[in-house]
Amino acid sequence: MVDVAFQSNRAAAAQSGRRRVGLRNALRRKSMAAFLMTLPLILLIAILVLYPALYSLHLATLNKAMTKFVGFGNFEFLFKRDTFWLVVKQSCIFAISAVIFKALLGFIVAHFVHNVPANKQRKWRGMLLVPWVIPPAMSTLAWLWLFDPSYSAFNYTLSFFGIGPIPWTGDAMWARFSVILVNVWYGAPFFMIMYLAALKSVPDQLYEAAAIDGANWWQRIWYVTLPMMRNIIAITTLFSLIVTFANFDIVRILTAGGPLDHTHIFATWAFRVGIEGSDVPLGASVSLFMVPILAVAAIFILRDITKRGNEA
Amino acid sequence: MSRKKLSRREFVAATALSSAALITAPYVRGAYAAGKLSMGFWDHWVPGANSASTELVNEWAAKEKVEVQIDYITSQGNKNIVTIAAEAQAKSGHDIFQMPTWWPQANAELLEPVNDIMDPLIKLNGDVNGTVKYLGQAGGKWLGVPASVGSQIKGPCSRIDLMKKHANIDVQEMYPAGSEPKADNWTLDTFLKAAEACHKAGFPFGIGLGETSDSVDTAGAIFQSFGAQLVDAKGNLTVKTDAVRQALDYYKKLLAFLPPDVSAWDDASNNKWLVAGKGAMILNPPSAWAVAKRDAPQVAEQCWTHGFPAGPKGRFAPYLPFFWSIWSFSKNKEAAKSLLSHLSQPASIEKMVVASGGYDLPAYEKLTTLKVWAEQTPPKGTLYHYPNPYKHQTLSIAASPAPPKIAQQIYFQATLTKMCLRYYQGESMEKTLAWAEGECEGFMRS
Repeated sequence: MVDVAFQSNRAAAAQSGRRRVGLRNALRRKSMAAFLMTLPLILLIAILVLYPALYSLHLATLNKAMTKFVGFGNFEFLFKRDTFWLVVKQSCIFAISAVIFKALLGFIVAHFVHNVPANKQRKWRGMLLVPWVIPPAMSTLAWLWLFDPSYSAFNYTLSFFGIGPIPWTGDAMWARFSVILVNVWYGAPFFMIMYLAALKSVPDQLYEAAAIDGANWWQRIWYVTLPMMRNIIAITTLFSLIVTFANFDIVRILTAGGPLDHTHIFATWAFRVGIEGSDVPLGASVSLFMVPILAVAAIFILRDITKRGNEA
Repeated sequence: MSRKKLSRREFVAATALSSAALITAPYVRGAYAAGKLSMGFWDHWVPGANSASTELVNEWAAKEKVEVQIDYITSQGNKNIVTIAAEAQAKSGHDIFQMPTWWPQANAELLEPVNDIMDPLIKLNGDVNGTVKYLGQAGGKWLGVPASVGSQIKGPCSRIDLMKKHANIDVQEMYPAGSEPKADNWTLDTFLKAAEACHKAGFPFGIGLGETSDSVDTAGAIFQSFGAQLVDAKGNLTVKTDAVRQALDYYKKLLAFLPPDVSAWDDASNNKWLVAGKGAMILNPPSAWAVAKRDAPQVAEQCWTHGFPAGPKGRFAPYLPFFWSIWSFSKNKEAAKSLLSHLSQPASIEKMVVASGGYDLPAYEKLTTLKVWAEQTPPKGTLYHYPNPYKHQTLSIAASPAPPKIAQQIYFQATLTKMCLRYYQGESMEKTLAWAEGECEGFMRS
């Protein structure tokens, strides 16, 4: 018995020594050090992102009084509501058209800035980034005054040309146009700066080779610039699509979803239903509706990027 | 070292003596002997109005030895209701929260009943109006104490000169300062004719048809004047009724005489309309008049706040009360009740109303004739009829008498104004009613 106990202690001591060496080795490993250094950020994300996300999932499975588990009951209820499908349609119109215009505008402006002489580029880059660096809640207030139903500065200016008054936020079509316009104004600089960085990384030799082959301006864009920017375009589009689908402040401040719910998007309608209407579970369900769709889109886009990265 | 041994008798005597000394010793209260109390109060629009509440709370705290903390929370951007939702979810936060209109009902299960202080307060200050009971009581339980701070009537604020000149209506004669209204002819028909005349003269009434509170409140009062309810008190759908059809037809006629952009109006639009001198009337508490006093005194001098026009089923005016409610998770409920009782004494209420320049309205019937409203100028008596001193109109809230949890959805989804706009924009009556019925069915989920 004693022998066994003695041997067992020896084994434990050896094991603990091995563990100490193992821990030292683990700490020496770069990946371990990296993990430990990012741990505070991981914890922060877990507390501020993961926990609320899981909590909203939990909320979405409760009844209105939050006393009973109803599974997918809230989603079943939403699928029967016309207003919900109107919100889905509008969110898609809002996000897709805003992202397309932001990308297009960003691409064009990036080319302009790229062609500005290097010593003047910094000034242009700074000025063009202004819409993106102002908090959208602030800049949207300025837009609200420009679109004001009774005192619109735009309508005042247009009146000199015999145009208007245009019901910027009072008519469904114009209100949709207005919220998309403000979103494009706010988001285009992000695309511009990303595309500018991508343009700068395209080797000049490729353009020289294309020029020798007799490629015109359009062919240089199509066969050289765009393929070289493909990954950046995919990532920015995905990122912007997610952010635009989740937009709240612009629509909330400019139209609050009106007129007749024709500018509501997921976040504004979730707020209306969940906070203003005191139906928190339904609000959580509205805001979670896009998660699986965007997640699938993200997986495909990111997989494509990884594949191209590996090919390269 | 000699040690004296304590006998059993000596031990019993010493214990009895020390116990008696402890019991009979005078209780010395520390600065905050009665604990802490935190409150989330609504941040008043009127500059300086918060200071009256702060003084009253501090006065009570000094007397009761309670450490108090007041947070004034704005309703701009709905910050107050977001905070209510957060505290309700966390079951933690302030002890007392000043809740607007629907929120005591929405959080009924999480609020401490205050019947023990409401009963004496009603005896002292007089009964409260029906809307306060509708919003503040659930199953016989008072969910909060009606707060004068922030409570308001959104009655007509007319331009004396423009109404006289273009609509041939003397609002001062109809609602004379210091005496009963002579408003028998002030009906929805007269109102429509006046709207038409002022529109023709280039000074349309500034009545919004957006999705925010001011627009919804006006629609609510007009619907109630026709007896139109979307859902009745028992929770039955009553959308497809003649009363609702009449209200929609009336609104269609009225909309033709309003500014063309009213569907995009928010709660600031009507105020701007009055202050800019563009219209002959708005439906609002006296905040617009107060701003005009500062920014456009020539407009303020011509403003007169008065009662709503009467419809076939009565004269209704939009009334939006606030409540001071105590969360059930509060750790100092007795102190909270004592404070709310102090804030609801007639002298305290008068102090707060005066500080708000007459904007705040007490819910109690004995407190609607304070001097402050009679004394406000310009012109003298402009706010005399604001608190409904002769009770010639029923104070109501849009979407009532539907069960409050359904009514709150009708209110915040702006179902009434959306119906009016749909019908005005050419949708058929039956289609509009069917849409509204579908919406209300959805609001009934539990």
